[in-house]
Amino acid sequence: MSSHTISVRLENSPGALARVSQLFSRRGYNIQSLAVGPTERPDISRLTLRVDCSENSLEQIEKQMHKLVNVLRVTELAPDEAVERELALVTVNVASERRAELVALSQVAGAQVADIGRDAITFEFVGRPEQVEAFEELVRPYGVRELVRTGRVGLRRPSASRPTQSSVT
Amino acid sequence: MLGSDAVLRSLELEGVDVAFGIPGGAILPTYDAIARGTTVRHVLARHEQGAGHMAEGYARASGRVGVAIATSGPGATNLVTPIADAWMDSTPLVAITGQVRSNLIGTDAFQEIDATGITMPIVKHSWLVQDVEELPGVMKAAFHVARTGRQGPVLVDIARDVQEAEFDFEYPDDVDLPGWKPPHKVHPRQLREAAKAIAVAQRPIVYAGGGVLNADACAELLELVDSAQLPAVVTLMGKGCLPDSHPLNYGAPGMHGSKFANWALNKADLVIAIGSRFDDRVTGKVSAFAPGAKVIHFDIDAAEVGKIRHAEIPVVGPLKLALAQLTAEVSAVAAEGAPDRGPWLRQLEDWRERFPFRYAKAEGVLKPQTAVELLRDLAANREEDVIWTTGVGQHQMWAMQYLQCDKPRSFITSGGLGTMGYGLPAAIGAKAARPDATVVCIDGDGCFQMTCQELATAALERLPIVTVILNNGWLGMVRQWQEMFYDERFSQTHLTQVAPDYAKLAEAYGCAGFTVESEDQLEDALSAAMSAGRSAVVDVRCDAEEKVFPMVPSGAAAVDTIEAPGGEVMSA
Ligand SMILES: Cc1ncc(C[n+]2csc(CCOP(=O)(O)OP(=O)(O)O)c2C)c(N)n1
Ligand SMILES: [Mg+2]
Repeated sequence: MSSHTISVRLENSPGALARVSQLFSRRGYNIQSLAVGPTERPDISRLTLRVDCSENSLEQIEKQMHKLVNVLRVTELAPDEAVERELALVTVNVASERRAELVALSQVAGAQVADIGRDAITFEFVGRPEQVEAFEELVRPYGVRELVRTGRVGLRRPSASRPTQSSVT
Repeated sequence: MLGSDAVLRSLELEGVDVAFGIPGGAILPTYDAIARGTTVRHVLARHEQGAGHMAEGYARASGRVGVAIATSGPGATNLVTPIADAWMDSTPLVAITGQVRSNLIGTDAFQEIDATGITMPIVKHSWLVQDVEELPGVMKAAFHVARTGRQGPVLVDIARDVQEAEFDFEYPDDVDLPGWKPPHKVHPRQLREAAKAIAVAQRPIVYAGGGVLNADACAELLELVDSAQLPAVVTLMGKGCLPDSHPLNYGAPGMHGSKFANWALNKADLVIAIGSRFDDRVTGKVSAFAPGAKVIHFDIDAAEVGKIRHAEIPVVGPLKLALAQLTAEVSAVAAEGAPDRGPWLRQLEDWRERFPFRYAKAEGVLKPQTAVELLRDLAANREEDVIWTTGVGQHQMWAMQYLQCDKPRSFITSGGLGTMGYGLPAAIGAKAARPDATVVCIDGDGCFQMTCQELATAALERLPIVTVILNNGWLGMVRQWQEMFYDERFSQTHLTQVAPDYAKLAEAYGCAGFTVESEDQLEDALSAAMSAGRSAVVDVRCDAEEKVFPMVPSGAAAVDTIEAPGGEVMSA
């Protein structure tokens, strides 16, 4: 078992996303994260899926997804060949006397302040998924009130030499 | 033109000659279009499940796309079973359902059900049509998806207001489906690898399945088997794709397949899977299946290759093309000298002689297998083709074991889903596709009672079929498991042989009814039924305790078959 990032170009039509997620649940594949959004073309969306599975299941997932009429392309994003990012919003409890310290710390870590309340601050953090996790760890001691992550999105690096592994296209 | 008329014009343009269905509120406008005139013959079923299985039977007998029509809500849910059945057995089916008006969708309106949602896991694709302008393109796409690639069911759910809307109908010439790209050619390198593997194999076995029939590749399979002298086993779903009478056809493997077919796979050094999918009913325990064999897997569906069993040589593509090219490659490679397969072929023959399907006859007891053997012999002596359908259970397995099918599309059964009640409506659909053939459903008493209302359809639509009920008074297959694996606790499986009186029931539906209580009555009744010129039901009251053998217990290795009591034990 290992984690894989799968990138899917999907027709932007009703039910298309449901068909993909249905396929995952029916065949018993576990989705760690799923991010979906528009692309350079208004009629196509891109899904970035993170799954934990064996190489064999990965091949099955790709082949099964390929059979969905709305799925245009399925690609595995190999870690060294892809740019992967994730956004997190984190609301951290903080008493007013420790505010300055927390803000300074978060700025060093690369986070932005999105909102400041009486006893809490919301940070936004964009980075590679492991950086998001590191930031989470960094602020955890202060007390994380709420946290949300978008799930990773990814694109193949134009600088990557070898074509990414792709299933039957 | 109205949307409803456009549905019919689309069906006509797709070459549909028969559709099966039942009207209701949300599909009423389309039924009104039927009344206004169409070349499509509509067969009125008595239950939408019946309509769906009829469409399946039609498709399997003809190789064309079956069409079933139903209303929204309960009409659509009644179609779910046949859609699932078509999904599991890769039967091309277009299911058309009415949907509530667009402005009511999502409000839990009367008879509103999320038909595309409910069927999502069991269709190749589905469409909810809420704009009449999209209707022709959707119909075109629906037929295209159902019949191309690995065949299967699709659903077109049409809102009522779309059926009532006026628009300019124009049927597209091409489909616009950028995401639907089934393979249309075969990789030459893979074919060469396959040919090489076949050329050096000492103990090869072809393992052919329903995909061969779907791909219309039976002639190509025969050519391959003949020219390379390859022995073959043929699955339940593939029965008829290679003549049962062919000397190299070793019949069905699997849970109730022959010992020789299972052993052939077990001892092979090369398994050539063609349009078959290593179903658990064939493999038994996968890790013990064909343990010494390399696998070549031919399939149109890449996802089947390597799904259950690793294929050393995967060959993805249309089977008709693949097999034709393979035969040519094999002949080319074989010219260089092939290993002596004499011992292997003699071994297979020896097993076949020693372990035929067999059952113990007993004085005064009518064995169900006897009825099937007699049907087989009667069919062989008829001039017209005979097409068989079955229900699901013991009778289905005896039909598989004892019938002889030498022509493609002459054996129609529910394999993947194992749907009780499939046989009778499927027979009606087959008859609609092949009016020239005699269509015989070998049914169980339990199965028959699930869809017997369709006898009315058979009688009134003049689609005469013969139903032979192997009436053992039990849900026999379940009873067999209870006897063998549940200490004979026969929980809720007794139906009785007498209620209902099937012959009378047949007569009530306007069909001929026969009751057979002993072996000496069998031939007359079966012959009369097959020549009745109208639908007939033969109630064959047979041994309640007969079991299907051989049997590979669920999860066991396929070589570890339980033989009928009193047989020779085979050792490795
Ligand atoms: C719709 C459905 N319900 C239940 C089953 C489980 N099942 C498989 S075979 C069988 C018994 C079938 O009885 P019958 O039609 O009399 O056939 P027999 O085995 O006696 O030949 C049952 C209940 C099934 N396959 N399909
Ligand atoms: Mg029975």
